[in-house]
Amino acid sequence: MTHARMRRGGPPAGPPDGRFRPARRSKPGLADREGFLAWAMLLPSVVYIIALVGVPFLLAIAFAFSDVTTGDPSYDFVGFRNFEAIFDDRVFWRSLVNTVVFTVITMIFIVLLGKILANILVADFRGKWFVRFLVLLPWTTPVALSTISWLWFLDSIYSPVDWVLRQLGVIDTNVVWLGRPSAAMVSVIAVQVWRLTPLAAVIVMAGLVAIPRDIDEAARIDGAGFWRRMFEVTIPLTLPVIAVAGLFGAIMTFTDMTVSYVLTRGGPTHSTDVLASWAYFRGIEGGDVGQGAAIALFLFPILLAGAIAILRAVRRLESQ
Amino acid sequence: MNAVEVRGLVKTFDGHLRGRRRKDDDVRALAGVDLAAEPGEYLVLLGPSGCGKTTLLRTIAGLEQPTEGEVLIGGHVVNGLPPRIRQVAMVFQSYALYPHKSVLDNIVFPLKAEKMPRGMRERRAKEAAGRLGIEPLLGRKPRQLSGGERQRVALARALVRDPAVFLLDEPLSNLDAKLRATARDELKQFQEQIGTTTIYVTHDQAEAMGLGDRIAVLEKGRVRQIGTPVEVYDDPADTFVATFIGSPPMNLVRRDDRLIGFRPEHLLPAENVPYDARVTMPMRIERMEYLSGDRHVYGTVTRLGEETRVIARLPATVTTPLSAGETHEFAVVAGRLRFFDAAAGGRTPAVPIGNGGGS
Amino acid sequence: MTNTLVTKDGAPRQTSQEVERLRRRYAIRHVLARCGVYGAAVLASLVCALPFLWSAVSAFKQNRDLYNPESSPFLFNEPATPDHVRFLFSDTPFLTFVVNTLLVGALVVVLTLALALPAAYSLARLNRPWGTPMGIAIFLVYLVPPSLLFLSLTRVVVALGLEDTIWSMVVVYPTITVPVSVWLLIGFLKAVPKDVEEQAMVDGYSRLGAFGRAVLPLVFPGIVAVVVFSFTLTASEFVYALAFVSASPEMVVSTGVPTQLIRGDVFFWQSLQAATVTMAVPIAFLFNLFLDRFVTGFTMGAVKT
Repeated sequence: MTHARMRRGGPPAGPPDGRFRPARRSKPGLADREGFLAWAMLLPSVVYIIALVGVPFLLAIAFAFSDVTTGDPSYDFVGFRNFEAIFDDRVFWRSLVNTVVFTVITMIFIVLLGKILANILVADFRGKWFVRFLVLLPWTTPVALSTISWLWFLDSIYSPVDWVLRQLGVIDTNVVWLGRPSAAMVSVIAVQVWRLTPLAAVIVMAGLVAIPRDIDEAARIDGAGFWRRMFEVTIPLTLPVIAVAGLFGAIMTFTDMTVSYVLTRGGPTHSTDVLASWAYFRGIEGGDVGQGAAIALFLFPILLAGAIAILRAVRRLESQ
Repeated sequence: MNAVEVRGLVKTFDGHLRGRRRKDDDVRALAGVDLAAEPGEYLVLLGPSGCGKTTLLRTIAGLEQPTEGEVLIGGHVVNGLPPRIRQVAMVFQSYALYPHKSVLDNIVFPLKAEKMPRGMRERRAKEAAGRLGIEPLLGRKPRQLSGGERQRVALARALVRDPAVFLLDEPLSNLDAKLRATARDELKQFQEQIGTTTIYVTHDQAEAMGLGDRIAVLEKGRVRQIGTPVEVYDDPADTFVATFIGSPPMNLVRRDDRLIGFRPEHLLPAENVPYDARVTMPMRIERMEYLSGDRHVYGTVTRLGEETRVIARLPATVTTPLSAGETHEFAVVAGRLRFFDAAAGGRTPAVPIGNGGGS
Repeated sequence: MTNTLVTKDGAPRQTSQEVERLRRRYAIRHVLARCGVYGAAVLASLVCALPFLWSAVSAFKQNRDLYNPESSPFLFNEPATPDHVRFLFSDTPFLTFVVNTLLVGALVVVLTLALALPAAYSLARLNRPWGTPMGIAIFLVYLVPPSLLFLSLTRVVVALGLEDTIWSMVVVYPTITVPVSVWLLIGFLKAVPKDVEEQAMVDGYSRLGAFGRAVLPLVFPGIVAVVVFSFTLTASEFVYALAFVSASPEMVVSTGVPTQLIRGDVFFWQSLQAATVTMAVPIAFLFNLFLDRFVTGFTMGAVKT
């Protein structure tokens, strides 16, 4: 760094006749200039992200104001017509409400269960490796596949879940999880919680292992029992990470369409349609790209709020 | 009765890497330690890093369970009891203050765990803070404090609930050198004031000598010697203690199956040792250093035993002119010589020194 | 507190019987706590992995067994049969999907590293004033969801002539993996002491050379963690894959299985379950190998940005 600065500031102090010359490498090339390197190394990523995230994002906004369909890809500006159309659509409002319910409930469960799971995973016991492997399964399995498996587990006639409940005497006849609106929503939420909790647990684990061991031991010496250490030391110290885990879960749930698309196709009668899946049905399967884009765009303001919340959490994490 | 005592303490850590256990990975952190601290005593555990001194402290605190042996506090065997029943207070090397709590809440925390009523615990906390002169800081968070202030908060947190014993784990090592001297002084005064039994772990011999009523020197999980600072310095039990304590360390010269030891400050030019009972030896001077008034003379002595490099520390009052390259006659008062077994390292009775003595 | 052992001046406060009673109480508590930990671990494993046990069992069930509401999902009530698993591998394009998934995964991982490593180094080490905001901006890109972009990206993919090929996914997936990878790598890079590259520079390497020769080998564990994580994300992606590719031979597992192994209302249930288990186990196994690194990387990135 000083090397580069010295050169930029002209020849260093020394006799002007050139008797004294600083040792120079044979190739004082660009590979040593930090300012250049910093940009050059970052640029490919930035260009790539602008090209494949930034541009499509603007394009999505443009589509929302157009009459583009799969059949007729020519662009005509139509103002707010798409928005008027979706506002008149009861399914849109239904899916908006569903999205919010789906997200909020899922997030609460993910945070609670993720925190508990993280505590289990950092505890010391034999066979931990195997338990971790089993616990990771729901998250590492491609979501479409695990959701298809759930389609069978929640089958109206052969559901293993119902079989277990029947054996336990909880129910007499099958629940028909995916055939009734409220049970379908419960199923979609349950599968989402099941698949995202391991991720939340891994993130919270990161927070837990970052707590200095001394602090926990000091609390032991100070006479604090398990619950007092948990609520007065561990949780306050990991709160930022827990918040990050919750927001990750919220954003992934908010924008997710896979579970509801594969499990229920939005049914029965749109009771589990979410914004993302409705945008997909409209934009790709229905062919109305303009309306699909307009629906998807509704994800954005709420996402932005989520992003700002994450930023805040991260900043608090830093200040500690 | 002893305030704290450990009997036959052994602690092995299995090579517990990634859940795979292998017997040969076992590390013996403590290999049979017997130790007792009397009520009100200031006992210092001194040793190089990895000697097991921190493990010993943590075992007394109840953070580690011993593999074998017993820990007694107040005459009771406390093996198997958690730290909170043992009534110990500990100051960690990092101070381990709760970063999200204010100074007051940090100090109050142990009392809260005892379920002491709010008014009473705040009064006690303020009392403790007053003792350490940190009342103005009570509202701050730990990250707003300097190193010295953090150390005081940690002490206040330890003091606030009248522990049976204080355990201090290198509490000065995170302070800069200047602050360390004053903090050491304060620690000593503080302990004399409250009179609680204290066990203090350090690798710094100056701290150990300055603070301890007694010093226990540990190496490789064993106690090498326990004694007052003077005993440990003047009468080291073996060659490890002899060379670990003292800076520069004790000189050791091999003679047959013995090692003859003498401190650098006792090796003086012969004309400065006007006693009959002395041992003289010629020293070829190689190098000299001037350190805060003292002269450190590096050279090789012969005649006493095998040719050995030694160091002599001459106080400013010794003005004999010396220069590198010359050979000068040096001497040690006979009573200052210590004898060790060359093979085992332990102390042996004095043997008469024929060739150098009696001039 | 009545539980304490001694008074302030060191006199015993409790009789030895009482201490003995305390010790027994804590011994019992210790045992209970251990049981609690194991119980919780078993419960968590069951909740997370029980469905996979069902999947594994049903994959080998005969139709008569599977399509009987009274038969236990845990057991083979009729003799097990490998027919459906064989069907999956020989009579469906499942293996093609697997190959495509691996191919896409490998190419995406390579692209991701090529983009993310230099970017992370630039942000972590080259001390530009815009380093931190830029790092956060890149991280936020991760939050822009496929469901917002797939409509316009479909257009982009068509314009590039990549529709119905695996290349559409290779080109687009790094938008998901690069931001997280940069984030993780920043953490790992910051954990490498600066001295190491300064020593390399003093030894005559350029700044870039120091990065390549001295720093990269030290963050190798982080790179492995990023590779595994990126691959997991790629294999799980669904929306883009569904929107870009509708030709069976170019599909990946995550879309191929739901669209090709379900014919209208006909589900090849045993084969579907076998597909799930076949994909789930290796990925979870791999991820578990690098879980600790991933965990440390996550906080390093967060704390030190």
